[in-house]
Amino acid sequence: MVAHAEIRPRPRHPLVEFVLRWLLTTNHKEIGTLYLCLSFTLFFVAGAMAMVIRAELFQPGIQFTDPDFYNQMVTLHGLVMVFGAVMPAFVGLANWMIPLMIGAPDMALPRVNNFSFWILPFAFVLLLSSLFMQGGAPNFGWTFYAPLSTTYGPPSTDFFIFGVHLMGISSVLGAINIIVTILNMRAPGMTLMKMPMFVWTWLITAFLLVMAMPVLAGAVTMMLTDRHFGTSFFEASGGGDPVLFQHVFWFFGHPEVYIMILPGFGIASQIIPTFARKKLFGYHSMVLATGAIAFLSFIVWGHHMFMTGMPIVGQLFFMYATMLIAVPTGVKVFNWVATMWRGSLTFETPMLFALGFVVMFTIGGFSGLMLAIVPADVQYHDTFFVVAHFHYVLYPGAIFGTMAAVYYWLPKWTGHMYDERLGRIHFWTAAVAVNLTFFPMHFSGLAGMPRRIVDYSPAFADFNMVSSIGAALLGLTQILFLYIVIKTVRGGERASAQVWEGAEGLEWTVPSPAPLHTFETPPDVETGSRAVLADEKG
Amino acid sequence: MHAAVRQGGIGVRALRLTFGLAAASLWCLLPRMALAVTFDLREGATEMSRRIQSLHHMSLGVCVVVGIIVFGAMAYSVVAHRRSRRPTPARFHENTLVEIAWTAVPALIIVGMAVPATMALVEIEDSTDADLSIVVTGSQWKWHYRYLESGIAFYSNKATPQAQIDNLEPKGEHYLLDVDQPLVLPANRKVRFLTTSDDVIHSWWAPDLAVKQDAIPGFINETWARTERPGMYRGQCAELCGKGHAFMPVVVEVLPEEEFGAWINGQRQAMEGASAAAVAARSRDWSMDELLQRGEKIFLDNCAECHQRDGSGQGSKYPALAASDIVNGPIEGHLDRVMNGKADTEMQAWAPQLSDLDLAAVITYERNSFGNDTGDVVQPMTVYRTR
Amino acid sequence: MRLTRSPTSRRAGSRRQTALLAALAVGMFGFAFALVPLYGVFCELTGLNGRTSPRAAAAPGRPAADREVTVQFVAQVAKGMPWEFRPTERTMRVRLGEMNATKFYARNRASAAVTGQAVPSVAPGYAAQYLQKTECFCFTQQLLEGGGEMEMPVRFYVDAELPDEVRTLTLSYALFRVDPVRTAAAYERQ
Repeated sequence: MVAHAEIRPRPRHPLVEFVLRWLLTTNHKEIGTLYLCLSFTLFFVAGAMAMVIRAELFQPGIQFTDPDFYNQMVTLHGLVMVFGAVMPAFVGLANWMIPLMIGAPDMALPRVNNFSFWILPFAFVLLLSSLFMQGGAPNFGWTFYAPLSTTYGPPSTDFFIFGVHLMGISSVLGAINIIVTILNMRAPGMTLMKMPMFVWTWLITAFLLVMAMPVLAGAVTMMLTDRHFGTSFFEASGGGDPVLFQHVFWFFGHPEVYIMILPGFGIASQIIPTFARKKLFGYHSMVLATGAIAFLSFIVWGHHMFMTGMPIVGQLFFMYATMLIAVPTGVKVFNWVATMWRGSLTFETPMLFALGFVVMFTIGGFSGLMLAIVPADVQYHDTFFVVAHFHYVLYPGAIFGTMAAVYYWLPKWTGHMYDERLGRIHFWTAAVAVNLTFFPMHFSGLAGMPRRIVDYSPAFADFNMVSSIGAALLGLTQILFLYIVIKTVRGGERASAQVWEGAEGLEWTVPSPAPLHTFETPPDVETGSRAVLADEKG
Repeated sequence: MHAAVRQGGIGVRALRLTFGLAAASLWCLLPRMALAVTFDLREGATEMSRRIQSLHHMSLGVCVVVGIIVFGAMAYSVVAHRRSRRPTPARFHENTLVEIAWTAVPALIIVGMAVPATMALVEIEDSTDADLSIVVTGSQWKWHYRYLESGIAFYSNKATPQAQIDNLEPKGEHYLLDVDQPLVLPANRKVRFLTTSDDVIHSWWAPDLAVKQDAIPGFINETWARTERPGMYRGQCAELCGKGHAFMPVVVEVLPEEEFGAWINGQRQAMEGASAAAVAARSRDWSMDELLQRGEKIFLDNCAECHQRDGSGQGSKYPALAASDIVNGPIEGHLDRVMNGKADTEMQAWAPQLSDLDLAAVITYERNSFGNDTGDVVQPMTVYRTR
Repeated sequence: MRLTRSPTSRRAGSRRQTALLAALAVGMFGFAFALVPLYGVFCELTGLNGRTSPRAAAAPGRPAADREVTVQFVAQVAKGMPWEFRPTERTMRVRLGEMNATKFYARNRASAAVTGQAVPSVAPGYAAQYLQKTECFCFTQQLLEGGGEMEMPVRFYVDAELPDEVRTLTLSYALFRVDPVRTAAAYERQ
């Protein structure tokens, strides 16, 4: 902007200046902030939809929503949470922190970075405007199985397809940017096996993105041609097969859910060592385990399809492969506990969220292992047991991971400490609310409640009532979180560069708030941050 | 370290308040819950459903034990290794032996769990040598059952009145889990289910029989069950299939073997009786009043959910019948639409499901209601000739 | 040890990696489409999704075996298809390797001509590859005048290689209305 002022002697209106700054920025910190703000906004949008769902499910009977609109809420809640809240949040954290952690001045492809971001608001306006189109928004679940989505989908389905294409392009470009940055722009001395775990998990996540998102693009393209160009990929009458859709979708869909958790693993691996004042236990194991999870994530997609009439060989293969994923995941959990063990622990808000993440993600992992067992899945599949499982790994998993990261790095971003007291209130109320909301779902599922239903038998009423109460409370905690974040941005106790006593890494060597341009000259990895090298200081 | 720990103050107060609220709501619900809720997967009425329950207990048990160990260790660490107790952290950060151990042991546990799971799955997938075969067809939003050996076939629609769903009447005992005609099966016989669909993917689920199978248009899938005990067993559709997904119950009535034969005969006679009744119905002319009265009931039971009670429809998806071109146009076109449905939409073919008399009645009703004023009276004989 | 790279070499490296990764993304997009024939080939080879071959089989080569199985026939009409469609016999006892024939009855209830396409499906799925049809109304689209009716033949044999545990086979046809714009080509293509 200084250069611009020299070329253009006439100063622009401050508002124009503001808009142009954010529209055209190629700075990883600003783009990171943009992603995080978009994510938080869409988190509220999708959260509001969840409130509609839980309000309707508070009691048996239909009170507020007609069945088709309810299905639209269910669909958009899923789509916006997955593509609008979780993924952009992790990309925002990546943008902010990866260059800082590896000692790079910015991302490798700064203009691509800008483009990747600005596609998203456009894509979501497209998707959300479908609510106002004739026929309503997509109403076939975020998994949009054929032929419900192809032959029987509302007219807005084509906008949905376009929106998904745009989100996919954004993700793939972002992932390429991250990989190239990590492989090419590490400061001298930072070998791969000296990178922070957050960078490792993002490197692996980015590969998953590059490989999985295009398959989703293929699936929605085939959907588009089935709808309008006379193809029959998923249409039995033309020689196609609806189950083929599920194969293509879940080939993307399963790696996708690991894309939504691996950065969270990385965040836990940053935060727990800091507040235990002890190095991460088993760094090499953690890297290997993450790689194993990523590899396995490509060969388990069939576990979403056990009830489609799959032959037994397929069911057995997918059952065994899915159960196997529990092993490297368990290794990670054990390593986090071992990091805590005989450390010197304090429990500031980031640590609270990180520990809550470990405990409750593990609970979600347990229900995942149970779901893998095919005969039992006969009773679990498409019930609220599944809804409980994925909400445990996504909410106390991905979302708590994100919140932990926000609390952890807010002082670095803003130069202010957040209000610790409020942060703890946020954590404890959220932890109680999340369990109130999602734990009963295990039981309503076991009792026989299917998912994606607008109304249910009174046998499930009590569980649903508790869930809805919990959800209302959970909604309130988001408002508290928003307040805390805004309050911290605007002011608070000054944060030092180090911020956290036990923190290690290059990001803690720059001032708080981090200046717009950092590491213009590469730092000295050995001395620039304490104990970046694995063996130094122990 | 920033932000010293506060022992009292608003954090603890807020915490207490939250727990208090949660406890209070649970307390209010508890008496009702103790009566109404179950926490365990049901045992069901078949040997397979019992085996599945055992598998559930097994995996749950393993998870609980592992959870106790892991969370126990964390809880211990949180207390024993807090800074106030241990100002100096230890320095260890790797141990290859330990890594191998906590990789190998869970792997072995998983292999152990996979064995009984595999055995049960092999049996579930063996549908051979069944005593009878039933074709189960899912539609938006009902089930159709066809007995392959005896040729009996019928539709099974939800029986819960819309008024209960709309909270205008108190909810009945089997709210949303009741149908007009359940699937009737014999006890102690292996029954093979062939599931398919005539529109979108549905899923036929009877939890007490431990049967769940997707119903896929253009394909048949097979599965089986052998129910040990007579009784009524209730389930639901288990794959999102549109706006009526919550409203297509699966109800299976299992009769003692001896009674099943009699039931089949009764059904055959009823089908013949229905044929006789149809012959009688088309052998005379019916008055406008008779048809309107009958037609209104048919309309409310079958058509009103999409086309609305007053025929005003919902946008282009469920067209209005009031002032409709089809309803006010030639009778043949109106009959064709109702009898044969409309491809690639939720408008189904009613010809297989409604009798000539019922079709004549509902068409007459539509042509003379909602402001439509054709004066047409459609006779069952006309419908019969159109078939 | 210090790893030093000049900014130019980093930029060149960046460019190469970006190109490779973009190629990987494009390749995975192509892979999604490749899954379609892959799935088709896999299913045709193994019959695992219950699909029988869309092409007429040759007559049975080997002599009839001693083994008999039951074949059940099911007819299914998709929504919006105004035909009555049913098998003329519900079950048939067949000897493996021996030719058999059956007919399906169809009647067009509508007043205008309608074209239909029958799609076969076999349960158990893996038995599909053993159910060989030498003549089938499902190989082509069928046209019926308004009000017209016909009997459509199927000639088939069950291959003697059918696994021992299969004693009952169910052959189901789902009848779909064909939109003239679609799929003579699309069906042959599968």
